[in-house]
Amino acid sequence: MADTALQYWNVGEDVSVRDAFGRILVHQAEARSDWVLLDADVAGGTGAKPLVTEHPDRVMQFGIAEQNMMAAAGGVADTGLIPVVSTFGAFGCMRAHEQFRTAIAYPERNAKLCCSHIGLDVGPDGATAQMLEDLATMRAIPGVTVVSPADANEFMKAFPAILDHEGPVYMRIGRSPTPVVFGADYEFEIGKATRVRHGSDVTVIATGVMVARALEAAETLAGEGVSVRVVNMATIKPIDVAEVVAAAAETKGIVTAEDHNIFGGLGSAVAECTAQHYPAKIKFVGVDDTFGKSGEHDELPAMFGIDAKAIFTACKKLV
Amino acid sequence: MADLKEIANTIRINCLKAIHAGRSGHPGGSLSIADMLAVLYFDEMNVDPGRPDWNERDRFILSKGHACPSLYVALAQRGYFPMDDALKLRKIDGFAEGHPDMRMPGIDAPSGSLGMGLSQGLGMALGARHQGLGFRTHVILGDGDMQEGNTWEAIMSAGHKKMDSLVAIYDSNKLQGDAPVSTQLNMGDVGAKVATFGWHVVYVDGHDVDVLKTALAEARATKNQPTFIVADTIKGKGVSFMEGVLFWHGSVTMTDDQLTNSLRELNHG
Repeated sequence: MADTALQYWNVGEDVSVRDAFGRILVHQAEARSDWVLLDADVAGGTGAKPLVTEHPDRVMQFGIAEQNMMAAAGGVADTGLIPVVSTFGAFGCMRAHEQFRTAIAYPERNAKLCCSHIGLDVGPDGATAQMLEDLATMRAIPGVTVVSPADANEFMKAFPAILDHEGPVYMRIGRSPTPVVFGADYEFEIGKATRVRHGSDVTVIATGVMVARALEAAETLAGEGVSVRVVNMATIKPIDVAEVVAAAAETKGIVTAEDHNIFGGLGSAVAECTAQHYPAKIKFVGVDDTFGKSGEHDELPAMFGIDAKAIFTACKKLV
Repeated sequence: MADLKEIANTIRINCLKAIHAGRSGHPGGSLSIADMLAVLYFDEMNVDPGRPDWNERDRFILSKGHACPSLYVALAQRGYFPMDDALKLRKIDGFAEGHPDMRMPGIDAPSGSLGMGLSQGLGMALGARHQGLGFRTHVILGDGDMQEGNTWEAIMSAGHKKMDSLVAIYDSNKLQGDAPVSTQLNMGDVGAKVATFGWHVVYVDGHDVDVLKTALAEARATKNQPTFIVADTIKGKGVSFMEGVLFWHGSVTMTDDQLTNSLRELNHG
């Protein structure tokens, strides 16, 4: 791997995952020739701009026509080239959802979809851009791998892994500055959760921007004598059953934490898992079946109950 | 190569046998594309039935996926698999699905949800251009495809990108699911609209194999523009009691008598 040339961020730095997207795209464009980026006039918004600037020959531009872009990705994949489709969550995971289902997932084509503008993390753009349903819509399609990295470094580790994974993958790209949790030596594996804090009383299973908030809540709870395990569930599908069962078996309950509607996302995936393998008490921290609104990315979590305090409160109810 | 008219007639005969055996299927729109399939698979396209996944093959997408009985039997006639597999239309123990599925050898794209075929063809043409592959891509579109916004996104994009390896054949048979196209969503002169997006547009009789051959040759000779062939067709072509009759658009069951009567006409056609 040409990983040596890749610069990672320091743990604790606030970094937008979009910056990681641009950085890893350029790196992987130089490392391998088997993929192309498909953009719908939003490279500036998704973070893909550095690739457009430095390797324009690796970009197929579709203008603002996502249905065409998504179905065309199915055709590109048919020729042996890996299409990496990139747009905003609402367009990739809803407007062109059927194109992804029928032209990519059904024929099991090797295509990747990376979407920014997901969750309240979007901030000021408001509800139409704050895709709170992507994990639900993408998880429902047979055979699709769904990945939701916690920070910029994990995203850069995950991107080559999804290129190497044969078959359709959806991956989230965060927008707002988010604390870096993982160091340069972190090893990402599709389908494998990581225990980022050990604990024995309660487990928080978090994804995306919620991992850093879960760690913050766990630290506060430690001050009150509550030992919290924090698990980063970077792959929502297939979910790491063993890690969920371990949380159910070894701690008093599970708090799921996601920047997503409480229906259909991480919480649902964890509950499906415990219901079948090891029934457990679960509290869901997520957006409570409502649409978002404008506001700063660091103001909205408190208003909608997906901040560290909400995780803290949910944990307290389980111990 | 055998006479293309005769091949088209055999496609029609086998297509109706398949729909009869399958107890459902769309005869009208299947019969209207038989001549195009004969010309594409037995004259125009560079394909190898022994290597259906050969990456340099010419591609074909039936965007109006409901007309697949004709495509399946055409593939069988071309040697991709035994005719018996095509005649197992819509059966649980076969791969001749109600709408095209890529598990069938020779199927290059799934379809059945209208409006996605041309985009997939565009993607194939883009993949070819990016990798320096010389294959051509053909897409048959129906009236329903032309009513889907997705198709127009693909038309804009392919014209803008000057995709001269891409050919769309519009099977203009003028009837759709519930009523004539003119009453459901009249689209006017589709060819004229497509031309404004930078396509080379040709108008043909969609049942004249020689004219279709010439149009495809013209498409091959056209540089820096994709080609859009407006094929004037008759829904149910070849069977007098089906021609232009709306009932035969839909997924219908053919009785033994209806099959016998159809085949009598086609065998003497």
